[in-house]
Amino acid sequence: MTQTSEKPSRATDSEIFEARIDAICRAQYGAPVSHLKRLSGGASQESWQYICDGRAYVLRRNPRGQNTSSNALPKATEAAVLEAAAAAGIAVPRVSYICAPSDEIGEAYVMEFIEGETIARKILRDGEFDAVRPNLARQCGALLARLHQIDVSALPELPYSDAAGELEKYTGFLRQHKQPHPVFELAIKWLSDNLPPEKSCARGPALVHGDFRNGNIMVSPEDGLVALLDWELTHIGDPMEDLGWPCVPSWRFGQHDLPVGGFGQRAEFYDAYRGEGGEVDEASARFWEILGTLKWGIMCAVLMSATFESGADPSVERGSIGRRSSETEIDLLRMLLEQD
Amino acid sequence: MQDRPAAEDLLAAVRRFLTDTAMPQLQGHAAFNARVAGNVLDILTRELDLAPGFQKAELARLKTLLNVTPEAEADLLSLNRQLCDKIASGEMDLTTPGLQDHLIKITMGKLAIDQPKYQGYNTAQAKDWPEQESK
Repeated sequence: MTQTSEKPSRATDSEIFEARIDAICRAQYGAPVSHLKRLSGGASQESWQYICDGRAYVLRRNPRGQNTSSNALPKATEAAVLEAAAAAGIAVPRVSYICAPSDEIGEAYVMEFIEGETIARKILRDGEFDAVRPNLARQCGALLARLHQIDVSALPELPYSDAAGELEKYTGFLRQHKQPHPVFELAIKWLSDNLPPEKSCARGPALVHGDFRNGNIMVSPEDGLVALLDWELTHIGDPMEDLGWPCVPSWRFGQHDLPVGGFGQRAEFYDAYRGEGGEVDEASARFWEILGTLKWGIMCAVLMSATFESGADPSVERGSIGRRSSETEIDLLRMLLEQD
Repeated sequence: MQDRPAAEDLLAAVRRFLTDTAMPQLQGHAAFNARVAGNVLDILTRELDLAPGFQKAELARLKTLLNVTPEAEADLLSLNRQLCDKIASGEMDLTTPGLQDHLIKITMGKLAIDQPKYQGYNTAQAKDWPEQESK
């Protein structure tokens, strides 16, 4: 793991922070920084956009430059995965520079800025995306098939997680919380009785993005899918996880009849995946949809509520997200009764 | 007995202040947070109205499901924990008489309070899933 600067808290001071970005720009591109601004979104990651020598860049780092949280990859590893994905022809932002400890801004890397939209409600509703929306599910399927065929032996060491491990982890969060959730218990029982085989696909464990959903795919009105972002949960595991997660009803943003992200059907998503050499185990993908819905439900009911109640984040917004657990309970019931 | 004005009327006054006076003067993240706060006030208003009846109905069904006599002293939290244990152990499942009906009703009740416009809830309503009863 990369060493953070000795005084990461000082980097929150905007003048010192800008001076450090400026130093990186001068060293790497021979020009000063301008138009530095923080991009909205990303509670778990900071993104800063700026211009240098007429080109736009985005610097991604852990909040306030601190060391990685328990789940997130070290920034240097994330950057190496992005480079491997780009080499495999996957639309990702190109990594331009991996920050060194001497840059004193914490674990971070710089990537080239890509123009596009990530806000789901705009992609799903705004007229300018009407032309590209019908093809999005196919573009997603094709991209994931290429991603899952990347040779993992050439990558730096990545965490491993599978269905049984994820189910155990989230069951643990729920049980620690003590608040009874009969519907979550029903889902946990169903999932533990229906675990996918360890090799749900002939190829076995693959590189998994781990957060493939609306919000992390960048879409342009001209070309549709132009980039896959937010790789910090990348791991080795069951590729069907990436086919299930975008179909979690909460990521459909009010378009439930279009199960893939609120923009497409499973059949076209899977067809495109197969068309690029991928192999779909539909029962396993379905398993991951249900596990994904349970995970988001437990994140709301347990993790969001706990950080609110403990005072770690006492905001109205955080507290209200806790109450979104019930939406996942109705969705889980509909899934378990085969009505979604 | 608490004096008047009633809690729901006071909540409605806060909601009006937020909507009519505060929100038009806010921008950016503060405006966003005010909208979230308004949603939370609406949840509380519905909870004050609906939760007492919902909880009585839930308690009655839990006693039936768990073979507790109607007169017995039992609280929602401990009965729900018992129910969770029985589901986790496999002793009760969707084939257990009354369980599916109970789980649907408690969940429909939560959505009626938390998010009555949620699409998954509206889809369930369209398929004639029973609403939480009120006693």
